[in-house]
Amino acid sequence: MTSGQTRQHRPRAARKRPAEPVTITYREAMRAAIREALQRDDRVFLMGEDVGRYGGCFAVSLGLLEEFGPERIRDTPLSESAFVGAGIGAAMGGMRPIVEIMTVNFSLLALDQIMNNAATLRHMSGGQVGVPLVIRMTTGAGRQLAAQHSHSLEGWFAHIPGLKILAPATLEDARGMLWTALADPDPVLIFEHGSLYNVSGTLPADAGPVGIDRAAIRRPGRDVTLISYGGTLGKALAAADRLAGDGIEAEVIDLRTLRPLDDAAIIDSVSRTHRVVLADEGWRSGSLAAEVSARITEQAFYQLDAPVQRVCGAEVPIPYARHLEQAALPQPETIAAAARAVVG
Amino acid sequence: MTRSGTGDAAHQLDLLRDMMAIRQFEERCAELYSAGEIRGFVHLYSGEEAVAVGVSQALTADDSVVSTYREHGHALVRGLPLDAVMAEMYGKATGCSGGRGGSMHLFDAGRRFYGGNAIVGGGLPLAVGLALADKMRGISRVTACFFGDGAVAEGEFHESMNLAALWNLPVLFCCENNRYAMGTALERSHSQPNLALRAASYGMPAWPVDGMDVLAVERSAGLAAEAVRSGGGPHFLELRTYRFRAHSMYDPELYRDKAEVERWRERDPITALADRMRADGEVSDAQITVIEAELTAALDAAVAAARDAPVEPVESLTSNVYAPGAV
Repeated sequence: MTSGQTRQHRPRAARKRPAEPVTITYREAMRAAIREALQRDDRVFLMGEDVGRYGGCFAVSLGLLEEFGPERIRDTPLSESAFVGAGIGAAMGGMRPIVEIMTVNFSLLALDQIMNNAATLRHMSGGQVGVPLVIRMTTGAGRQLAAQHSHSLEGWFAHIPGLKILAPATLEDARGMLWTALADPDPVLIFEHGSLYNVSGTLPADAGPVGIDRAAIRRPGRDVTLISYGGTLGKALAAADRLAGDGIEAEVIDLRTLRPLDDAAIIDSVSRTHRVVLADEGWRSGSLAAEVSARITEQAFYQLDAPVQRVCGAEVPIPYARHLEQAALPQPETIAAAARAVVG
Repeated sequence: MTRSGTGDAAHQLDLLRDMMAIRQFEERCAELYSAGEIRGFVHLYSGEEAVAVGVSQALTADDSVVSTYREHGHALVRGLPLDAVMAEMYGKATGCSGGRGGSMHLFDAGRRFYGGNAIVGGGLPLAVGLALADKMRGISRVTACFFGDGAVAEGEFHESMNLAALWNLPVLFCCENNRYAMGTALERSHSQPNLALRAASYGMPAWPVDGMDVLAVERSAGLAAEAVRSGGGPHFLELRTYRFRAHSMYDPELYRDKAEVERWRERDPITALADRMRADGEVSDAQITVIEAELTAALDAAVAAARDAPVEPVESLTSNVYAPGAV
């Protein structure tokens, strides 16, 4: 690819041609994705609580107000329902809003708009009214924020037809999913696990948009499939490391997109390993892990050499105390233990 | 007459005809519902016609409209074809929402009619967002947002008032105060039943209007829409009206006196305008009879067309959940 100068609104110092990797955090990768979207498309704007002057409650949008101004980095009152609904209306009106909600627990204040409008309008109008909107929010536990800031409710949202649900777990996806989501004609929700923002690593300097319709194999293996996503992916990979020490080669699948699920990737892996463990921070009952498990049973029952195992969040509101919180979450050791059990 | 236009006899005849068209449509829906031809929740607008017809005079074809589940009148004055609206009642493929919406969810994106929202207060944030898009894109356009007195008790109302005023957005908030949130009277659900006062607290111009007088509605809507259009920020009209029929076709009306309904019926907006025009020699009984007959004939044709219209194939059940070509 040649220099992006001609395609970008802001002339930038001509970047040297790609290649050498840059060190970047998940937070910075998200910010780079938002910046790129704002540069490439005048219809894009960011709206939410404290996204501007404060710099974003998790500092994702730090510095963007100075770069793009208060019209496009738009601070809102604490009115989740109204500003999510306004994002829906603005999308209907020709804009491409990115709405930020501080945490998934707060998104419940906007659930009416997400469910009854964003997810529903296209169908209810006989296909006339689409909602090309992106909603980003933090999800998950692990930071001692207790029971009103720590839940993993993306599985609830993945229940809803009309929405697409993304869970970027890697730097590449943090950098690349947003643009693809903005290009989608339907509402896309992006769940960013709060424990990932400080994760650091390298990305190619020219890292850009990625697909949002396929799961990814993050580690190949032949003995057991560990299926995970988001903030639990790192734990599944850590579990795979431990299992390797025991001579068990685990394949780790990152779902990436929670709706629609990439059944083919799941079934393909299970058909090779014949054993599967699902790791999901969400509560076990009625969970996304339950859905994936059901699909495996429906589509690959005779491939299984052992019952599907789930390692899920304990069925308790997330507690504050660190030892209790950690006990409530899937851990590398509990995932590895489940894998050992099915490999038997 | 205070404003040019509203005193014009031909114009008043148009207003009368539009209100009569809504009334006839609603009364026909009641018959069709009782006959089992149309189903679902059906909320009739009879008695409130002056609001839709009066406000619509202030809007252009390029403006946007967000409405509620009691939206047949709004849709018809917006220009949605009668046949398409009636076919939607029948759940037919030729309906304005392809049979997916029904009575509560009439849509016409081409006419910028953004539905039929059946969550009380749920349409207000959408109107705020439509207006935000227009403002950011530099488009001079008014978004008219209809909702009832019940919505004023919802959090989404207050969040939306605040946001629209804070960002000085071009929204015309049209509160159809028909005095009942389903069966709960205004005084039983609002600590401050003066609803215009509630909106005014957000720093936007707000005033009550006699919603049974189409000319009064037209005047106020004209002033407010003009102010909104010229950058004056959101405005709020409390249109005081009354529904003559039950909340929906399921409602036995245990919560209000028949005498109260009768008192309001004496202020029927259609009769009131017709009487005034008759007194001024601007319309004759014969003319009204002709209009009635024309409207009836159009309705008969719409019903016949809807009955004969095809249904959507079941194979299309899951279409329009995502955009065509999407997963």
